[in-house]
Amino acid sequence: MNPAAGSTGRGTAITETVPLLELRGVKASYGRIEVLHGIDLVVPEGSVVALLGPNGAGKTTTLNVCAGLHKPIAGAVYIAGRRMNGVAPDALARVGVCTIPEGRGIFPNLTVRENLQMMTFAGVSMQEVEAVAYERFPRLAERRNQLAGTMSGGEQQMLAMARGLATEPALLLLDELSMGLAPIIVEELYGIVAQIAAEGVSILVVEQFARTVLGVADLAAIMLQGRIVEVGPPSELEAGLSSAYLGG
Amino acid sequence: MDQFVTYTVFGVVLAAIYAIAASGLVVTYTTSGIFNFAHGAVGMLGAFAYWQFHVKWGWPTLLSIAVVLLVIAPLIGVFVERVVMRGLQGVSEVTKVVVTIALLFTLIQVAPVIWSPKGSYSVQPFFGAAKIDLAGAGVTYHQLIVIGVAIVVAAGLRALLYGTRLGIGMRAVVDNRMLAELNGARPDRMSAFSWILGSALAALAGILIAERIGLETVALTFLVVNAYAAAVVGRLTSLTRTYVGALLLGLGQAYAQGYLPDNPTWFAERNLDIRSLSLAIPVIMLFVVLLLIPHARLRAHGIVRSRELIPRPTYRWSLVGFGVLIGVVSLLSGALSGEDTLIWSQGLCFGIIMLSLVPLTGYGGQISLAQMSFAGLGAYAIATWGGGGNPLGVVLAVLLAAAAGILVALPALRLRGIYLALATLAFAYVMEKVVFNQRALFPTTSKPVDRLWGLESNRAYLIFLAVVFSLVGFGIVWLRRSKFGRRLQAMKDSPAACATLGLNLTVTKLQVFILSAGIAGLGGALFAGANRAAATDSFSAVQNLPVLLMAVAGGIAMVSGALTGGLLLASFSLATRSIPTLELFGVDAKSFFENLFRLAPGLIGITLGRDPNGLVAMVSDKVKRLWERRLQHRGTRDLPVPATRWQQLVEPVWAVESMGVDTPFVPEEIARIDERLALDEEEVRAGVFA
Repeated sequence: MNPAAGSTGRGTAITETVPLLELRGVKASYGRIEVLHGIDLVVPEGSVVALLGPNGAGKTTTLNVCAGLHKPIAGAVYIAGRRMNGVAPDALARVGVCTIPEGRGIFPNLTVRENLQMMTFAGVSMQEVEAVAYERFPRLAERRNQLAGTMSGGEQQMLAMARGLATEPALLLLDELSMGLAPIIVEELYGIVAQIAAEGVSILVVEQFARTVLGVADLAAIMLQGRIVEVGPPSELEAGLSSAYLGG
Repeated sequence: MDQFVTYTVFGVVLAAIYAIAASGLVVTYTTSGIFNFAHGAVGMLGAFAYWQFHVKWGWPTLLSIAVVLLVIAPLIGVFVERVVMRGLQGVSEVTKVVVTIALLFTLIQVAPVIWSPKGSYSVQPFFGAAKIDLAGAGVTYHQLIVIGVAIVVAAGLRALLYGTRLGIGMRAVVDNRMLAELNGARPDRMSAFSWILGSALAALAGILIAERIGLETVALTFLVVNAYAAAVVGRLTSLTRTYVGALLLGLGQAYAQGYLPDNPTWFAERNLDIRSLSLAIPVIMLFVVLLLIPHARLRAHGIVRSRELIPRPTYRWSLVGFGVLIGVVSLLSGALSGEDTLIWSQGLCFGIIMLSLVPLTGYGGQISLAQMSFAGLGAYAIATWGGGGNPLGVVLAVLLAAAAGILVALPALRLRGIYLALATLAFAYVMEKVVFNQRALFPTTSKPVDRLWGLESNRAYLIFLAVVFSLVGFGIVWLRRSKFGRRLQAMKDSPAACATLGLNLTVTKLQVFILSAGIAGLGGALFAGANRAAATDSFSAVQNLPVLLMAVAGGIAMVSGALTGGLLLASFSLATRSIPTLELFGVDAKSFFENLFRLAPGLIGITLGRDPNGLVAMVSDKVKRLWERRLQHRGTRDLPVPATRWQQLVEPVWAVESMGVDTPFVPEEIARIDERLALDEEEVRAGVFA
């Protein structure tokens, strides 16, 4: 793998911007089984990149590699130009990488307020967190002393998203935001994603089905069996999506 | 009235100590998800360290306490977290329990090395006997301090866990460790802190209670075990309910000691003593509470993703193994001295008792800490009914133990994991304190036993044991390959999936418990036969620890693991005996090695977190890899020769395994698959940045 391929081959529309997140030839494995066979991917600063693909394509693994949760066996992860292989996820979180994992990214046995308090580990004050979270999601303020696990799925996801808003990250990694939620809530959540993006946060979002994400994304990539098979503006990719899911 | 107040104060003080100990337990459990069986042992070490500073070296009381709580206990906590617990991610609950039990066992063995059991140790209450008057009864300053400390601990813990970011972070780590990391918290530091806090609370409880019960290793360790009962009332998570539990327990014990009548004549005439029941109050309470707490719901995501793999035994290799065992024993036994033969016989008996854990724990995932108690019942049966080598004694040993198995299993059916481990340990404790010490059963601490069929020669008995081990072992191999074995395995992997498939787990659990207890009873009877005596101290509650430890160390899900475990235990006692008296660099090397071998089961158990599959699996895995490498080196990775009908019959999985389905894809294979899927690598790469 030529390490330069990632930077030289980038699309003409985005060559001028600095890539906030860049994967170069990333390979990852579970035990002895390799699941990512050389991923090259760039998230330009201030843009939203959607990573799409069927079950088992390696999307979540790719995201986990970016978040520091999974160590790659080859290749490199650059964040803001710095090589970040093997950096612990908590260290990444403190320098401004906010990861909202698959499922509900909340602590079910803590109250809403305690969940918000956990966000202060990223280096923001509790006042700021509460101000941002309660302003954007007034419902959370009503439920501040309720155990987070007892709220509805949508409310839980809002609480999770509050971290993306309140901690003012440089890079936001979102995994399957739409999982198990009603379409109307998914739209609302992507509205928030767009709002976060408008503030200049770079976002990598992994999704399996939701087309909603294409409305928000500046760039989309399709993954199949541990490789990225197509990259382009969402409008160009939309047509090819269904064939990707059928494995053709 | 005065008396009532005295008992009440005494009960509240006991409750305060239990509450402090129990809250330490709750803190480590809620923040690390590990139930620390060694908690009491840490308290014991704390009490001894306090004695060392305060009594031996004459340091002031406050300084001594401060050094123990702020230096010694935190050091133990950090050591436990760093060295022992950190390797425990991704292992099953059985392994977690076993590792903390190994730690408990190690600490119990370490203390006498530092503080010789021959010495006398005692500490005085704070402010001596000074007391104030309360409703006519005297309350000592020491008692007031204990109660005050418990209140401060309760308030402090609540403030920490619910009011500070550190405390919230500690709770968050249990909820979702990964997410806590993604929030920027440092889970490792938080769990280290919770272990430090837990250790300090254990040590505090140990210091406070030492003046009452004296400094005796096992007594102190097991006294804090009583705190488990209180912690279980709080379902190991609620501090408030834990304190309520401690209060019930403390008062119950105080009133029982105060008001329980002397042994009634009816019992005394029959050599039974019901006063020993008061010793068992905490344990009985633990048992009752375990039965009353709401049954934890089956989790929908009940698939245990662990690093533990259980090989499915084959008849062919099992038969070969048993043949080799009997052959080797027959050959070597001729060369052994009488005493060595006896020790190896005991090892084989331990092996048989450990076999009882293979279906129960290895296949079924149910932890039992009472196998030696079942074995004790077996020993009792053969001593009572096996006179003159009558085989009826062995039959009754199996039946009696199996019946006791039902007794434990019926309540245990609702329990899983640590709760089951606790309930069985409680049962073992009751057996030791209330049953085995009745003179109606064991007039002295040892009862003579005649060997089965008059096998007087030690060599003949050893060979006989090898044959019995092989027969029972083969039965277990057969069981694993049967429908029942699959059901056990399924129960361990996912109780929820079993329920949705319509399997009745209650019956399965009951059956495996009875079977396991029966095998343990058989092992106990044979063990007593080997020694020609049924001695009650062989079957005390503590004896369960090395048996479980070595069974897991050998490989809990394998017959060969049980054999290895039993023989390891025998080899430790053989090695201890055969060390010559020698001095190295002015140090008594004999006692050093003796201590080392005594510690061995604990130390081996602690390392389990690294490789939970046990020694046998570890060795055979290494051999297999070497073998594979050699085959690859010679370039012979041909498809297997078609199996003969006999081979298919005895070993249907062999052909599939030999096709290399468990080896990773090589680049050529990936390329071939890509080609089949019409994914050209150049195209893929070009496509990415097109």
